[in-house]
Amino acid sequence: MHIVVVGLNHKTAPVELREKLAFPSDTIEEPLRRVTSIPQVSEGLILSTCNRVEVLAVVRDVGEGIEEIRNFLSSHHRVPMSRLDASLYSYDSYDAIKHIFQVASSLDSMVIGEPQILGQLKEAYSLASKHKTSGVILHKFLHKAFLVGKKVRTETRIASAAVSISYAAIELAKKIFATLENKVVMLVGAGEMSELAARHLLNHGVRDILIANRTYSRAERLAKEFDGRPIVFEDLTLFLDQVDIVITSTGSLHYTIRYNDVRRALKIRKYKPLFFIDIAVPRDVEPRINDIENVYLYDIDDLRGVVDANIKEREEEAKKAENIIEREILQFERWLESLNAVPTIISLRERFEEIRKKEVEKTISSMNGGPKIDKEVLDALTSSIINKILHNPVTRLKGRENTRKESYYIDAIRDLFDLEE
Amino acid sequence: MSILFFKIVLAFYLAGTFAYLSYLIKQRPIISTVATAMLCSGFLFHTVSITLRYMEAGYTPITNLYEAPSFLAWAIIGIYLIMQFRYKITVFGSFVSPIASILILVSSAFSKEIGPLPPILKSFWLPIHVVLAFFGDAIFALAFCAGIMYLIQEHQIKSKKIGSFYYRLPSLKVLDDINHYCLTIGFPLLTLGMITGSIWARHAWGSFWSWDAKEIWSLLTWILYAALLHGRINIGWRGRRAAVFAIVGFFAVMFSFLGVNTMLSGLHTYDR
Repeated sequence: MHIVVVGLNHKTAPVELREKLAFPSDTIEEPLRRVTSIPQVSEGLILSTCNRVEVLAVVRDVGEGIEEIRNFLSSHHRVPMSRLDASLYSYDSYDAIKHIFQVASSLDSMVIGEPQILGQLKEAYSLASKHKTSGVILHKFLHKAFLVGKKVRTETRIASAAVSISYAAIELAKKIFATLENKVVMLVGAGEMSELAARHLLNHGVRDILIANRTYSRAERLAKEFDGRPIVFEDLTLFLDQVDIVITSTGSLHYTIRYNDVRRALKIRKYKPLFFIDIAVPRDVEPRINDIENVYLYDIDDLRGVVDANIKEREEEAKKAENIIEREILQFERWLESLNAVPTIISLRERFEEIRKKEVEKTISSMNGGPKIDKEVLDALTSSIINKILHNPVTRLKGRENTRKESYYIDAIRDLFDLEE
Repeated sequence: MSILFFKIVLAFYLAGTFAYLSYLIKQRPIISTVATAMLCSGFLFHTVSITLRYMEAGYTPITNLYEAPSFLAWAIIGIYLIMQFRYKITVFGSFVSPIASILILVSSAFSKEIGPLPPILKSFWLPIHVVLAFFGDAIFALAFCAGIMYLIQEHQIKSKKIGSFYYRLPSLKVLDDINHYCLTIGFPLLTLGMITGSIWARHAWGSFWSWDAKEIWSLLTWILYAALLHGRINIGWRGRRAAVFAIVGFFAVMFSFLGVNTMLSGLHTYDR
């Protein structure tokens, strides 16, 4: 029994090809059935998201199994193999386990650490299990993968650093102010990105938003939307002593907020920190104000720099995740190996033989002084009972025709007779 | 007996420091648990060691250069552990534990013999004066660590060179708050330490103030922290400036604590 993965993802295939290979979840039953009807395949699952399409299967023979699944992908979507070949990857055994654990941990995602993939994998599993195309191996494997994904998430900070500009700004604000509660924000000018940032800030509990716009009616309208206060654009520097975070995005060609305005405001606010987020190009805030004590100014390029650093941080964390994954693969492989029929039959026989011997000894020693018992007769009798009992289960375990059932039996027998893994 | 415990303390603090520093790099929760356990165990043995020393010597063990740094380290770790359990800032330990380790190492470099207490120190003022001053110093040590962390974090944010410290250190606000708390508790302790000292001096040496080296340095230290407190409350000093003050202030503390006794001589030099 081997686990294999065949598929493509955002690294190997352009979106046009990924679209062609996608499996919509509402019509997934038929392709699932087709995969498991391949003679080599005993269990199957299909993971289809906008960044990847992968068929995960348990097969008898790795080479043939992978070949059949590749053909299935090509024929089912009517894409010639010549177009698919360069984009398709396939992994088996150790590499397949590793790959799925990486996918579950979001290490293989376009944005490392993004949270959706684990949910998508769960969905794929529940569809396979609903249509009964997954068996004991995929069941155990996927649950292990979910566990690994969770573990990586909690034990590393792979998902902690913000990878979007507006979230990076929020994180910076938190590194300055600790909490955004009771902070006051000023929004200067309007624009999609500044409004998005303002909305994020509101979600993080800022107390008030002041809105300045060259067109006062626009400020009024935004104020209504954000439940804030409109202020007159020409007066905005007079409010700098009352706010903690300023987001600017005007179309102005000159600086709207100047060094001296900030200096003056800072004295009045007793040097309480002031954080400027300038997403306008050309910039709205005089760059020099970053030199003032307790004033922090980030323009759009600075924020991009933070995002880049955050991505690097996630990649650093991903290395830790690899260690976690490595340990879990070992554990899972041990379980998988135990599912081989031959060692199971051997240990099953050993277990029975052990019990039989012990009971024979017991009987003979307890018959001390009683009627004489022939040990050979006793051995012959007990052995033949055991052989009769074991005959049917062993034939079933050796059965070659249905691997899915077989692994169920092996797993059950190991559990029922407490055979060590 | 107290010496044996002292060696155990040294081992635990060094191990704890090592663990805290590797936590700073690796950030694995398990390492922080180990580090905290090391430091807690070290602190317990330290408490026992100081108590035993107290019983062996018959006076509060803070009179020579073996006892004093060790006592200061004990106070620093004790206050730090309370802070860690209250505020859950584990990285703080990566900055505090090296200081405690260095103090203990300094301590271990000096003679551990218990000599007869100079007659002039036989007074109930000894524990009062010294313990107040030491707890003040210990709190300033924490302010010093917060100051260093502040400067690192502030540099990262100001220069926009986001490095690994940016993710590991707490926010500027939290670090500045620690500076503020430490100042409002440490400064009164230092003041009380100096007042009790001068009352004792009146009894022992006949005058409240005699321009002894330790007195001068303590006064300098006091003026530094008084200036910071004034700046914080009345002008709105905070952040970087307060952090720098806390760092400079602690160097003054360390000099009047160790430097005066090893490099200068005066009324406070007893163990030579």
